[in-house]
Amino acid sequence: MEPYDLAVVGGGVVGCAVAREASKYELSCALLEAKADVGAGTSKANTAIWHTGFDAKTGTLEQRLLARSYMLLLDYVPDRGIPHEKTGAVLIAWNEDQLASLEGIVEKAHANGVADVRLLSVEEVYELEPHVNRDALGGVMVPGESIICPFTVPLSYAYEAVMNGARLYREFPVGKIEEDGGVHVLSGPGGEVKARFVVNAAGLNSDVIDGMFGFDRFHVTPRRGELIVFDKLSRPLVNHVLLPVPTERTKGVLVSPTVFGNIMVGPTAEDLEDKEATCTSKAGLEYLWAKGEAIVSKLMKEEVTCTYAGLRAATEFKDYQVFSHPEKRYLCLGGIRSTGLSASLGIAEYAMELLAEAGLSLEEKKEFRKVRMPYIGQKEKRPYQSEEKIREDPDFGRVVCHCERVTLGEIRRALRSPVPPGTLEGLKRRTRCMQGRCQGFYCSADVAHVFQTEAQKEDHPGEASHE
Amino acid sequence: MNERKTDVLVVGAGPAGLSCALELARAGAGEILVLDREKKPGGVPRLCKHQGFGIRDLHRVYSGPGYAETLLKKALAAGVQVLAETTVTEWAGEKRVFVTSPRGIEAVSARAILLATGCRERPRSARLIPGYRPQGIFNTGSLQDFVHGYGKKVGTRAVIAGAELVSYSAIHTLEKGGCRVLLMATEFERDQVYFPYTPYKWWSARLHLGIPLVTNTRISNIFGKDRLSAVELENVKTGETRRVDCDTLVLTGDWIPDHEFSRLGGLEIDQGTLGPAVDGFLRTSREGVFAAGNLLRGAEPGDAAALEGRHAASSIAAYLEKGGWPKERVKVLARDPLLWVLPNFLEPGSHVLPRGRFLFRVKEFVRGGRLSVTQGGKALFEKRFSFLGPNDSRSVGGSWARDVRPGEAVSFSLE
Ligand SMILES: Cc1cc2nc3c(=O)[nH]c(=O)nc-3n(C[C@H](O)[C@H](O)[C@H](O)COP(=O)(O)OP(=O)(O)OC[C@H]3O[C@@H](n4cnc5c(N)ncnc54)[C@H](O)[C@@H]3O)c2cc1C
Ligand SMILES: Cc1cc2nc3c(=O)[nH]c(=O)nc-3n(C[C@H](O)[C@H](O)[C@H](O)COP(=O)(O)OP(=O)(O)OC[C@H]3O[C@@H](n4cnc5c(N)ncnc54)[C@H](O)[C@@H]3O)c2cc1C
Repeated sequence: MEPYDLAVVGGGVVGCAVAREASKYELSCALLEAKADVGAGTSKANTAIWHTGFDAKTGTLEQRLLARSYMLLLDYVPDRGIPHEKTGAVLIAWNEDQLASLEGIVEKAHANGVADVRLLSVEEVYELEPHVNRDALGGVMVPGESIICPFTVPLSYAYEAVMNGARLYREFPVGKIEEDGGVHVLSGPGGEVKARFVVNAAGLNSDVIDGMFGFDRFHVTPRRGELIVFDKLSRPLVNHVLLPVPTERTKGVLVSPTVFGNIMVGPTAEDLEDKEATCTSKAGLEYLWAKGEAIVSKLMKEEVTCTYAGLRAATEFKDYQVFSHPEKRYLCLGGIRSTGLSASLGIAEYAMELLAEAGLSLEEKKEFRKVRMPYIGQKEKRPYQSEEKIREDPDFGRVVCHCERVTLGEIRRALRSPVPPGTLEGLKRRTRCMQGRCQGFYCSADVAHVFQTEAQKEDHPGEASHE
Repeated sequence: MNERKTDVLVVGAGPAGLSCALELARAGAGEILVLDREKKPGGVPRLCKHQGFGIRDLHRVYSGPGYAETLLKKALAAGVQVLAETTVTEWAGEKRVFVTSPRGIEAVSARAILLATGCRERPRSARLIPGYRPQGIFNTGSLQDFVHGYGKKVGTRAVIAGAELVSYSAIHTLEKGGCRVLLMATEFERDQVYFPYTPYKWWSARLHLGIPLVTNTRISNIFGKDRLSAVELENVKTGETRRVDCDTLVLTGDWIPDHEFSRLGGLEIDQGTLGPAVDGFLRTSREGVFAAGNLLRGAEPGDAAALEGRHAASSIAAYLEKGGWPKERVKVLARDPLLWVLPNFLEPGSHVLPRGRFLFRVKEFVRGGRLSVTQGGKALFEKRFSFLGPNDSRSVGGSWARDVRPGEAVSFSLE
């Protein structure tokens, strides 16, 4: 088999963005993902904030790419129908020290080019957020910080990459990379793929892949972030993303609405050794509970819908670990720690620049096929609310998952998407089914049944992606 | 959009909703429409394959599906219209709602509405059990659906969390699903199945299958990345933990009313029951809107829900005839260790109550207690109990409620 021009290792939000960017050009591209689905690593378990980068360290690569990505996403997100809400963020100071640091935060934001960030009086804080506890001292408004669907973003990239010719290999953990006369041979239990150029977007394993090219320059320490998601009925309690004053080490615990209409509290920040320890902990949940209690105590009377944990690919360095090696035809996109969702398009664009410099020839394709993603957020109309949709196909009027109002039509459509879900988990991320307050009490058996029977039918994959 | 008009709209075709509809149709209360979001009407009993339904309302012992079918047949025969696969999604006016079904979106207006949306068991997340999120964790509800609804196998070795009536029913469902029960664990010092259900418990757990009950114990961690591999049990008294290998975990009980639609309608929610607050006529805080069944306070036996449905029917019939909604209502408070008391309001001077009584639950075991009801300083009622246990509803008669005066709350306490 002809070697690919490019192989991207890792199908998280970063790898998918790179594969999509590459699929704009006349070249062959393979996206290699260890798991059964794209976006199933850290990219599925984050806080889902669409960052402006107002608080990033000025002058770092992270800050630059965040700023660029923000602008790119402003077009991309609404155009593809990715669920998002322009909520804005309110950063709140709860003690005198924090209050004293607010001006510095505003200055830094301005230095980062986020010009609309401004101080808020305590009265303004309460006007914007009437339900937060009464001991706030002041705040900062960050109008551009928004919330976004963490599941739809990588899926949208992956769908477009595949629709435009990229080849996705799932359950393909790369275990070895060898050079063979100008081509890299990437192999593992999933088989073997050859490629001239390799991009390392392996997230938590970006150091391991880097090692396969003979480097030993950064080490990923998984930094766990746990989160608690509250029932949708609590949504009226919080209007903006509520940010704490950040510390050197983390952005701290925030309270934020989600695009699905929940409120979440998190994340924690705890360094671990196990790169697969995506479990929640008693201490973590208790810590978050106390934090939530200290910010919006009313929230803690509501029901919890879900708890989860994600692992940031933290390294001994603060910035992204991006290295291009033209002589090895290798690009490393490592240590994309806590802003990768927001920076993804910026990273992908920059990656193509670096690859071009390294000698990958980029000739733009005449046509690029765009996707329109199924809307799974709360703010706009969903199929169960649309007469036209139901008239078109009565299955859009058959609610299967009651808490999230996911219809049979949506499940069918997801199973026929350009990247059909390989597992029930993947179906959840594409449709929201079983992600609601009952967590499957009512629908898990029905959904499992539909998944089994429908997946066997194997209609024409790819047909349902254009709404 | 299609507009539908009816005299009474019933949301939820479980025992409560169907019994109410049947009673209203028999009384000639006009057009009665029952909507249910599931593919088949009948509510939870549809999936409870065991016997033990219908004793107090139909005076016969039915299996769950037999009971659901009987109620449905009777309702249809009496002229009730029942539509399945129809979800009531939104309020669209005082007594108007939007519904979604394969037929499209419709608006339904009614002169009175009964909410009978049932309850569910809290999932693992809401119980804040830490750990991984593998496959193999069920509630009794989803377990029944897998085993009885779809004839699926669920696992091979199970741990059951909880030791109330429904927990023992899970043993049978697991057995049907080809799964052995290793143990049951309860946070309390003993099980919570009391007279007259004790023989059922013995038969289910000890005599029948020899399943140990681990007391004072909760599930404190979950292991397994794809499939459940073990759970950690923690003694709530000593903090000691141990690991039990298993591939199935069933989280039973810990009910919460399915109050979404009630809350979306701005109905007052009782902080004890977490259901819509109702008075003795099962009237909610919103005019023309009634509530019955497990929506009111979590799970009771099906026949209790059905009898509440009947009670709501007579209140609805009276409302259709005479109108009127109470302006002045007295709040009923449940003091620690009482968890809740139902009804949650009283209309001064009336002692109309569902099934003629107050229902209440306690949070913990109470040995030798005196229940007293007061308003202001005035004692209204007193009763001694030699034993009260959690996860079980008890009742007291309520003829004394006619002495309730407007104003201060009526308070239930235990000494
Ligand atoms: C708690 C938490 C909160 C966060 N909040 C935000 C936020 O609000 N906003 C924001 O922008 N960002 C946030 N982030 C950061 C963001 O989630 C990450 O930066 C982003 O998901 C990283 O994407 P990635 O593609 O680099 O990594 P991943 O998503 O981890 O993708 C890497 C992929 O590579 C695969 N892989 C690994 N090894 C191999 C191999 N050998 N062969 C093949 N495939 C392999 C993995 O299976 C995985 O799918 C948060 C992160 C966490 C943990
Ligand atoms: C495992 C288990 C075992 C049990 N065993 C017994 C037993 O042996 N004997 C016994 O007497 N009882 C038993 N019960 C209890 C009994 O099943 C319930 O008490 C009874 O079903 C309650 O009736 P209900 O009408 O209040 O609610 P449900 O039966 O829960 O009915 C509520 C209905 O409302 C519908 N609904 C909810 N929201 C909407 C909406 N927005 N739009 C449309 N429809 C909606 C639901 O689909 C559902 O059909 C058991 C329960 C369980 C879970």
